[in-house]
Amino acid sequence: MSASSAFNDEKGGSSSVGEPEYGHDPASGGIFSSDYKRHDDLKEMLDSNKDSLKLEAMKRIVAMVARGKNASDLFPAVVKNVACKNIEVKKLVYVYLVRYAEEQQDLALLSISTFQRGLKDPNQLIRASALRVLSSIRVTIIVPIMMLAIKEAASDMSPYVRKTAAHAIPKLYSLDPEQKDQLIEVIEKLLADKTTLVAGSVVMAFEEVCPERIDLIHKNYRKLCNLLIDVEEWGQVVIINMLTRYARTQFLNPNINESLLEEGGEKTFYGSEEDEDEDDEDKDKKAEVATMAKRKPYVMDPDHRLLLRNTKPLLQSRNAAVVMAVAQLYFHLAPKAEVGVIAKALVRLLRSHSEVQYVVLQNVATMTIKRRGMFEPYLKSFYIRSTDPTQIKVLKLEVLTNLANETNISTILREFQTYIKSMDKDFVAATIQAIGRCATNIGEVRDTCLNGLVQLLSNRDELVVAESVVVIKKLLQMQPEKHSDIIKHMAKLIDNIQVPMARASILWLIGEYCEHVPKISPDVLRKMAKSFTNEEDIVKLQIINLAAKLYLTNSKQTKLLTQYVLNLAKYDQNYDIRDRARFIRQLIVPTEKSGALSKYAKKLFLALKPAPVLESPFKDRDHFQLGSLSHLLNAKAGGYQELPDWPEAAPDPSVRNVEVPEWTKCSSREKRKEKKVEKPFYSDSEGESGPTESADSESDSANGSESVSGSEVSGSGSESEESEEGSESEEEEEEEDEEKDKKKKKKELKKKPVQESESEQSSEEEEEERKHERKSKPRKSDSETESGDEEESESESSQSESDESESEAEVKKKKKAAQSKPPAKPVKTDGKKEKKEMSLLDLDDFEPAPSPQVTPVNSFLSSSLVTDLEGLSLSDSVLSPATIAPSSALKSYELLHRITGEGLSVEYCFSRQPFSPDANMVAVQIQFTNNATSDTKNLHMEDVKLQSGMRVKEFPEIELLPAGETTTAVMGIDFCDSTQAANFQLCTHTRKFFVSIQPPVGELMRPIFLTENEFKKEQGQLMGMNEITERLTLDVKCRNEHTIVQRVTTAANLSRVPCGSDKECSPPVPPPPPDHPVHRFAGRTVTSSSLVLVTVATKEEGAAQLTVNCEKMVIGTMLVKDILQALTQ
Amino acid sequence: MIHSLFLVNASGDIFLEKHWKSVVSRSVCDYFFEAQERATEPENVPPVIPTPHHYLISVLRHRIFFVAVIQSEVPPLFVIEFLHRVVDTFQDYFGVCTEAAIKDNVVVVYELLEEMLDNGFPLATESNILKELIKPPTILRTMVNTITGSTNVGEQLPTGQLSVVPWRRTGVKYTNNEAYFDVVEEIDAIIDKSGSTITAEIQGVIDACVKLTGMPDLTLSFMNPRLLDDVSFHPCVRFKRWEAERILSFIPPDGNFRLLSYHVSSQNLVAIPVYVKHNITFREGSSQGRFDLTLGPKQTMGKAVEAVLVSSQLPRGVLNANLNASQGTYTFDPVTKMLSWDVGKINPQKLPSLKGTMSLQAGASKPDENPTINIQLKIQQMAISGLKVNRLDMYGEKYKPFKGIKYMTKAGKFQVRT
Repeated sequence: MSASSAFNDEKGGSSSVGEPEYGHDPASGGIFSSDYKRHDDLKEMLDSNKDSLKLEAMKRIVAMVARGKNASDLFPAVVKNVACKNIEVKKLVYVYLVRYAEEQQDLALLSISTFQRGLKDPNQLIRASALRVLSSIRVTIIVPIMMLAIKEAASDMSPYVRKTAAHAIPKLYSLDPEQKDQLIEVIEKLLADKTTLVAGSVVMAFEEVCPERIDLIHKNYRKLCNLLIDVEEWGQVVIINMLTRYARTQFLNPNINESLLEEGGEKTFYGSEEDEDEDDEDKDKKAEVATMAKRKPYVMDPDHRLLLRNTKPLLQSRNAAVVMAVAQLYFHLAPKAEVGVIAKALVRLLRSHSEVQYVVLQNVATMTIKRRGMFEPYLKSFYIRSTDPTQIKVLKLEVLTNLANETNISTILREFQTYIKSMDKDFVAATIQAIGRCATNIGEVRDTCLNGLVQLLSNRDELVVAESVVVIKKLLQMQPEKHSDIIKHMAKLIDNIQVPMARASILWLIGEYCEHVPKISPDVLRKMAKSFTNEEDIVKLQIINLAAKLYLTNSKQTKLLTQYVLNLAKYDQNYDIRDRARFIRQLIVPTEKSGALSKYAKKLFLALKPAPVLESPFKDRDHFQLGSLSHLLNAKAGGYQELPDWPEAAPDPSVRNVEVPEWTKCSSREKRKEKKVEKPFYSDSEGESGPTESADSESDSANGSESVSGSEVSGSGSESEESEEGSESEEEEEEEDEEKDKKKKKKELKKKPVQESESEQSSEEEEEERKHERKSKPRKSDSETESGDEEESESESSQSESDESESEAEVKKKKKAAQSKPPAKPVKTDGKKEKKEMSLLDLDDFEPAPSPQVTPVNSFLSSSLVTDLEGLSLSDSVLSPATIAPSSALKSYELLHRITGEGLSVEYCFSRQPFSPDANMVAVQIQFTNNATSDTKNLHMEDVKLQSGMRVKEFPEIELLPAGETTTAVMGIDFCDSTQAANFQLCTHTRKFFVSIQPPVGELMRPIFLTENEFKKEQGQLMGMNEITERLTLDVKCRNEHTIVQRVTTAANLSRVPCGSDKECSPPVPPPPPDHPVHRFAGRTVTSSSLVLVTVATKEEGAAQLTVNCEKMVIGTMLVKDILQALTQ
Repeated sequence: MIHSLFLVNASGDIFLEKHWKSVVSRSVCDYFFEAQERATEPENVPPVIPTPHHYLISVLRHRIFFVAVIQSEVPPLFVIEFLHRVVDTFQDYFGVCTEAAIKDNVVVVYELLEEMLDNGFPLATESNILKELIKPPTILRTMVNTITGSTNVGEQLPTGQLSVVPWRRTGVKYTNNEAYFDVVEEIDAIIDKSGSTITAEIQGVIDACVKLTGMPDLTLSFMNPRLLDDVSFHPCVRFKRWEAERILSFIPPDGNFRLLSYHVSSQNLVAIPVYVKHNITFREGSSQGRFDLTLGPKQTMGKAVEAVLVSSQLPRGVLNANLNASQGTYTFDPVTKMLSWDVGKINPQKLPSLKGTMSLQAGASKPDENPTINIQLKIQQMAISGLKVNRLDMYGEKYKPFKGIKYMTKAGKFQVRT
């Protein structure tokens, strides 16, 4: 009762305050100060059946967990709520479970069945979160369950669930390493996944479970390279790091001929970025010349090049970790001449948070030792500001020192002079060290530095003086004979310098090099002997040292002085000094007892001491992979994977080949070189992977023809040579690949329209651009002459092409204008919209966008050409080679029989071409045949009777149709998404015929391109009433993929959705065995642009399930009927 | 990768901990505290600290240390960048990222951390996605939740997670469709004693606030894109398009985001907006020092220089400063020796100056270091590099958005050595 009253208080309190979270916030005071009664009422709240109370309790418990308070005694009460319906309660329970399950294994088992149920949930979110929690519970008993769940999730149709599966792999591995072999199987499977969502996570799992199984990467290497840009940023980092290691095992060292190219390579570093391409070219040529002269030429593996090219754009990432990953990849893998590109990006990172700066500077410091030239242009970016934290200052100093050479040393030293005046004494000390290093590295400035340092000896700051003396000492040790004047100078300084450390150092120097200053040294000792009693201990020790050394070299003059000093020391307060005095006396003054040692006294005291080596602490750090934790700490961290050395001979490159017909046959190196098939193929094969289509590839199609070559340039680096000739052949090659199942004959024919449509597409855009170009013309032309060169070199390869297409576009535009048929406004906007959707296709050329190709002017095109064109425009086969274009035979319907038409027979068919004057209309191609003996004149339409909302665009009047001739015309009808007939009169010069055109439902739509993912997403939104499912048995003839696709596309004007993997299946259907593929088709209704999605899921023995999702139920129902008929006949 | 996260406040208390794998005892932070003690300033704590069994990687933001515990090899920048992303997310959610705000919203913080990392590997870091998963707290929502018992947690998987534009949430609706872009440039410069520029560069960003319905596809073009020397993009920007045409084409995330940051380096392009005449001297033997500072506008293209703030760390020997400001107010903190002078707007007719004497410790010798002067300033309606946005177009949606572009120049790390 007491507990319940407390709970009532609780409730009352919370509702009256209105903000219970704040009222009971842990931060507000010791509410949870291990008061166990409180826990009782928490339990009470958890047991109640009100979600709000449970939530409140869970929030408080989580707050306890967050503060590190022990809440484990609540476990039984919490675990009961694991099946709670309220999603937030559930989530918080998960949080709690994951935290405490390890401690309470037995109780945790109670929750497992809930998760197992969750794994089967139709909602992918629930499936994913169930797997997440299940795999996070660290309870060894459930390892088999986890294993099963992971395996199942790895073949889930939702990429999100698959991603979760990838995340679960390392969890299970850390729980039970025994499962490794099975897990590797799952990893192998997931590595083959084509979605970007999964790629990062599975590579991470790979790195954690089996980083040594490099062989698993072979088949996926190219795919990973191509997907890279679209993977989320964290995944990019992991993938790039892994690929760096991979490349080190698979490719040859690009700098293999380094020694020969030394000068050439160095020079390019100084060049500005813009020249890079040229330089690279130069270099390539040079390389060729050089290597031809020497040994067998180094040829970069195209896959190696692919990696370099595809990672380069990521230098522009906003994520510092990605930039660093690319930088280290270039540092470790790129030919020397190309490494320079990373400098700019790394320098940019210096603007970021100081922690980022810290890490970047460490890496830059290592890089500057190996490749100094790279960062030289950015010297000033490493200048130090007084507001930098000391650790950053010191690192910048390190970089500056590494960058110092004969040419820039004077500026650097001037900078250093300012630093020495800094208030930050640690930094000043570091600066002095840096000056010392500059002095040792660069002979020319050694004297200047020494003089500067000597001046510093008069600094008031102890640290500065001490540091300078130490550095001077080191410098002098290198060549003492030349600098006896400095030693003399320092001897003089001893009168003024009070800093004990400095005095001691000077005394050491004088003692060490007393033979260079034979006159002064006894005098110094004399002075020191005088002031001995007032000196600091450290100085006293050095005085004794000095005395001993002088005694050994110049005993005549200093014998008495030495004895005096030793006597003073004998009675010193400090026992160290007394000890030292006694020890030295025994050593140097020969007595009866110590004769043996004193013989060697000279050797003991005046041994040649090696000069200290001043070198960067970052030397040789690059044997660690840059950017890694191990590199930063300069010690191998746990789990660090060594960066392997380049192999002597490259392993067989064909292992990376993926089984694509056409492909395997040119796997040998030589052949590949001749035929640059794989590059264009792969660079465009992104399209193959459906859902991974990115914004980037969108841009491609949006900017029309230019981007085709433009993208090439973007990553080409030194390749511009290649790509120049490549760009053309590529296109051809591309097509070859795409259209491989088509006949070569058609190719010639095809190519032209393709180009046309290309330029057409861009023309609208260009028009826009040109508009404002004109506006800003005066300015632009100015800047163009300025920047012209640059531009040219950058886009040389693309220039010619884009020029061509541009001019073509211009011509077209003029034509259009001449036609003075202003394309109605809706066309334009619509076109844009459509473009956006379609543009997911990388291959804009094949986009069935509304191009004005089939204007009435073109209506005389022979029907064969029309069908050809159509075959092109619909051939999404590019994306999935298995897709088949719809049959070329269009079904034609009779409009007027020749008997009723008195010799005139008219047929119509739905050409499936976009009707250019009005995109909302369906194009109807009408074929007139004059079977009569006399000519027919003035063929035209009249008296159009339409249902409301429908519109018709009449075909232009045909003035003369001679006897026996045939002609075609195109008209457009807006059916308003209904199958109602359009009635009108067909008039000749003599007669009128009442005719009507009624469209089959399948013609009321136009195909659109969707990726599989988009398709599923859209389908998810069109459930319930909008979904019609029908079971059917496929016609015997119609059981292979080809025919199904053909029949469906004949029945309805839809386009096939390329599938990432055919094994997947739509949500309501349980996953079918792999040999029963699912076919998806997508389109939009012409008028209202409602989505029409068709799914044909095949099953055993010709059984199949047809699903149509469409907002317009009527259309959906009719479509189901039509397709059903098409498939079962 | 990331094992655990500890949040440590300025007084060295751990006020939040979160573990993604097995629990790591909070005593691991002792190594961190040790390092903290060794470093004189909080910003000098090394970001990476090795301990016998773990590695601690920390970032300092808003006087809170975010200490991540790592057990094995991982790129340190990966962790650092992620921690900063966490802070950014908190800021985005709660407006500020203070200890109080985190404690007040500890449940949301926990839910966020849970979503952001799975087993230590980043899962959802895009703010658009996170906001769909976990609604940011507002006072209204808190009240509604209390009454109805509803939750902050979204029921649906954010569609963005799966779509081709993972940074944008779907189903965005606004009555007023607006897109604002702020071009903000910061001048980083070091001016030497004599007034000549040692190094100067411009760091610019374009911050956007886009509130547009549906899936707009924007293109932004510049009058003079060649100015931009080095750029980094939000992932939404189509890189190839930029490479080929120097046009920014993107489907924007919803809300605030940084579209691009860029760098203009060639020195002759960098105009220095102000000059400083200074005369700071200490005489040997006397306990007085002279302080004389005058500011004037230099290359401002006719725009007013506003919000000028001068600060300088005076040498340790300075006991007090007795100065006279012709305009604005100055403060001197005798403990930190920090002199700051809030000038306000510079009037070219009557240049602001700060003159007077500094009293030094009696008997102490003259400080041999000269203070550097840090200057902050703002110039409205101008990007100092001359960068100009040419036009902004929207495709993909039918409505007409309201577009706005603002320019601003600020001083970044602007130092004058004396």
